[in-house]
Amino acid sequence: MLRLENLTWSAPGGGPVLRGVDLEVPDGKLTVITGPNGGGKTTIAKLVAGLETPDSGRILLDGEDITPLDVTSRARKGVSYAFQQPVRFKGLTVRDLLELAGGGQLDEDTLCAILSRVGLCAREYISREVDATLSGGEIKRIEIATVLARKSRLWIFDEPEAGIDLWSFQNLIQVFQELRKDLEGAVVVISHQERILSIADELVVISGGRVQDQGPGEKLLPGLLSGQGACAACPGKEDAI
Amino acid sequence: MKQITKDLLREVSEWTGEFAGAYNLREDGQCAGRQSTENIAIESKADGPGLVIRVRPGTKGETVSIPALVTQGGLDDLVYNDFFIGEGAEITIVAGCGVHTEDGGAARHNGIHRFFLEKDSHVRYLEKHVGTGHGHGLRSIDPVTEIVLGENAVLEMDTSQLGGVDRSTRRTSAVAGPGARLLVRERILTEGEQQARTDFDVQLDGEGSGADIISRSVARGHSRQQYRSRIIGNARCTGHSECDAIIGEQGVVDAAPALTANSGDAALIHEAAIGKIAGEQLLKLRTLGLTEEEAEARIVAGFLK
Repeated sequence: MLRLENLTWSAPGGGPVLRGVDLEVPDGKLTVITGPNGGGKTTIAKLVAGLETPDSGRILLDGEDITPLDVTSRARKGVSYAFQQPVRFKGLTVRDLLELAGGGQLDEDTLCAILSRVGLCAREYISREVDATLSGGEIKRIEIATVLARKSRLWIFDEPEAGIDLWSFQNLIQVFQELRKDLEGAVVVISHQERILSIADELVVISGGRVQDQGPGEKLLPGLLSGQGACAACPGKEDAI
Repeated sequence: MKQITKDLLREVSEWTGEFAGAYNLREDGQCAGRQSTENIAIESKADGPGLVIRVRPGTKGETVSIPALVTQGGLDDLVYNDFFIGEGAEITIVAGCGVHTEDGGAARHNGIHRFFLEKDSHVRYLEKHVGTGHGHGLRSIDPVTEIVLGENAVLEMDTSQLGGVDRSTRRTSAVAGPGARLLVRERILTEGEQQARTDFDVQLDGEGSGADIISRSVARGHSRQQYRSRIIGNARCTGHSECDAIIGEQGVVDAAPALTANSGDAALIHEAAIGKIAGEQLLKLRTLGLTEEEAEARIVAGFLK
């Protein structure tokens, strides 16, 4: 279980972004964090992955305080983070990245299985460089694949739908549904997207740097969609992607 | 064969105990072995140090290796090699160079290679340069490559210098005829106090000719690199050059590409980027479990691959 205790964080030279976040992310479930832009969702993800350091508060994974650990140490404890804006590399191929993620050489069948989960054909992509020649949608899917290739304890996907076309969107929903099936950890997805919100076991609404609401998806979702919840800024509909 | 010769040969050429096809091994300014084949004739130059290599028209799939090694300090080797590639021939040329010094004496190799490609010929030219040994003497490699491309001829040049060479000045010039193409992939790594300069001068004279020059470099320590390129389009042609450099520590890279279009139908592009490894690249690899040092090494290795 992931537990956040009174996390605060301010942007360098800016005002407070997180004003005291307390949150429990249960194992075996798909937790979707949603809320208006600028509310602090991505900051929470970056703090958990270790890309940013909180001003105060603690991050506990299975009861262990991981707040002092760096990015590498957290990754080795099974924290996986799919970037909202994937990084491009001149000279590293899709195979290179997937093998770094998987911790060793991967055979063609394994590469094919991972890439097909994000709707890409291994034959076309494994030798491609992860550089500017890939489209926004392609690189986003490869980013998600690098996280799927890892043996993880906690998966965090930061707006996985951003840049993904409608055809692959259905695949993306399947990815999360399959991950949930035999889940031995927790999956956290940050999203504005109604279809992703609708498959959440647990919904968390972040707004103004705090947890505004948390509860089972079926209980919170109707209020969010009717616009009466704290997530008034959610675009909601699929045509927003 | 000396151990250092074997070690350098493995590094700079595709030598695995013997050469595949025609070869000439140059060691400390002397010929240490030569083999011609039915289609590829290697002869000594009549008027100075070096070779004349003639490839018969229509030769397909053969390799010619001409490694040049300087295995000790106090040697300044200069060689002129001319390649005449017959019409329609398709071959690979492996021209590695290694310099080694264990004392205070400088070890230098200066190879001047001229290529004359006949119509429709295609050459893959592999050039790998290394410097080894612990001596204080400077290890220098100063290659000069001059290329004349006949109608529809193609030369693919894959050249690398990935460490150990203290001083290097690399000059490559080419003149392309109608439909001819020059493709260059260059990778240079400098560390410590090393200095490297690379210079390209390409004349696209023929209708439909083209050049694609991609140079990637990494300058670490206090090393310095200079990149110069000039593509001149004198006809309907396409020219592209790309110079990407990663700098680390106190490394310095100075890039000055130039394009000249003397024809209204010349299409010339240059791209250049110099900078540190992006922080987000390191972070991404660290989220996959690599340490910062491992991530940096992986990014550099991929970049110079």
